[in-house]
Amino acid sequence: MMAQATTEGQRRKRAAQRIAFTVLTLSTVSAFLALGAILYSMIANGASALSWHFLVEFPRKMMTEGGIYPALVGSFYLTVGAVLLSLPFAVASAIWLSEYSRGGLWVRVIRVGVNSLAGVPSIVFGMLGLTLFVKVLGLGVSLLAGALTLALLILPILIRAGEEALQAVPMSFREGALALGATKWHAVRTVVLPSAIPGILTGLILGVSRAIGETAPIMFTAAAFYMSRLPETLSDKVMALPYHIFVMATESPNYFRTRNLQFGAALVLLGMVMVMNLGAVMWRARVRRRKQW
Amino acid sequence: MVGQEGAAGTARSLDATREWLERNLHSTSIIETERFSFFYGKEQALRDVSLGIPIDGVTAIMGPSGCGKSTLLRAFNRMNELYPNTRAEGAIRFLGQDLLKADAVAVRRHIGMVFQRPNPFPKSIFDNVAYGPRVHGNRNRAELRDIVEESLRRASLWDEVKDNLKKSALSLSGGQQQRLCIARALAVRPTVLLMDEPCSALDPKATDRIETTTRELAQELTVVIVTHNLQQAGRLSDHVAVLLADGVLAEYGSTRAVFASPSNEQVADYLSGRFG
Repeated sequence: MMAQATTEGQRRKRAAQRIAFTVLTLSTVSAFLALGAILYSMIANGASALSWHFLVEFPRKMMTEGGIYPALVGSFYLTVGAVLLSLPFAVASAIWLSEYSRGGLWVRVIRVGVNSLAGVPSIVFGMLGLTLFVKVLGLGVSLLAGALTLALLILPILIRAGEEALQAVPMSFREGALALGATKWHAVRTVVLPSAIPGILTGLILGVSRAIGETAPIMFTAAAFYMSRLPETLSDKVMALPYHIFVMATESPNYFRTRNLQFGAALVLLGMVMVMNLGAVMWRARVRRRKQW
Repeated sequence: MVGQEGAAGTARSLDATREWLERNLHSTSIIETERFSFFYGKEQALRDVSLGIPIDGVTAIMGPSGCGKSTLLRAFNRMNELYPNTRAEGAIRFLGQDLLKADAVAVRRHIGMVFQRPNPFPKSIFDNVAYGPRVHGNRNRAELRDIVEESLRRASLWDEVKDNLKKSALSLSGGQQQRLCIARALAVRPTVLLMDEPCSALDPKATDRIETTTRELAQELTVVIVTHNLQQAGRLSDHVAVLLADGVLAEYGSTRAVFASPSNEQVADYLSGRFG
């Protein structure tokens, strides 16, 4: 009797195990399938557009021919600008949060604030940029206003990555430096921060790949429908890759004729983001292997 | 914090410091605690500890885990206050001056520390040892080279690393890393060296080397070492303080006397290995 009861129980457990395993596998497979389907349709529709000329030529004939060069350059300027504006503040905030703040209500409020900022829809950043930078500060629709808006967008990502990187530096490094008579700031500057740089850079790459793909924040603050030349000053409008795709797909009178250009541009954007993310992952893996603490 | 004309100018020898102590304070204790208590939040780690660390020899602080021996050691270079919600009562005097009211950064220049686990910075061997002197403003390449060599020799690591000073400190073995940390502490020419269970992460051979080095160092500066290893305390120390649970100082005296005939029954139990 006992033995039979046990085998019955065991059979049921084994069945449950099998069902769980199947559900988990199917979920994973369907996620991959969805991703694969997107990739496939992009490659099938866009691969024919890809060429060296596509990358280095201006669009022609109402954007029905030619390349995406000004949009590429514009995206590059916007992203680099956003990083240059955001990184110093992000690193400083991360240092304060990780090394100087002594806990308490205020710090918790700030940390929650930073984290919620990371979850704010990007169109909200677009509206904020339009109001604050374009209108109130009078920057107009410009490279600078767009870069500032994107800087705000990636600020919480960089702060969080920076704080995590600093927290990952062993306490014993700080103690070692302080025990030698270093001030806290000296210890941070010479030991803690250098040890955290790989982590900060990984966060930076993630921030860059976020910034480069966003349309909403730059739509009202920086992006131009079409420009016949590259931006020359910070107050010029710029073309940008995600906005360019949006325009070609929705606003162009010839959108049906430019399908392969739209998908081609999307492929380029996706490729750039993937390469950057892959770089971040590989870098992190390498640094983890090298450091032994 | 130490007077410019006073006791322990960094280059002063142990003899000069001893002479100064005897003349001015009529004492041979370089550090003195008086009814010193320490709290982590509401928890009391040390209770009314009064003792004097003799300038000569090695003083061991022993006791079962959680007795506050590391807390006492870390009070001497003010490392406890890196953590929030700590509080000290009573007094600690270093060369007659109030250590708890002094500038912590200045205190740590005169009282160096070696930690439980080797904690070299992820920098080269040279940069590790030169870190302290650079903190204190020494930028002279030649001088730094001399300090690094002298410190590594005193920590008996020089012969093993002299051709590889640019190599990462993290490439050294655990025992070598710990001797590097000793060299790093010596490079700022401290008057006192605190060692917090410096061998607990090392194998017996590496432990032996650290102990030999420590004995040699005791000729030149005051060494205070925390250890939970009875044999090590017996081999290494001239004086021993035994703390018992709740952070009470139960026994303090010359190592030979304490080991031979402890006055406190609990200490006798502890020393015979019956608990702790």
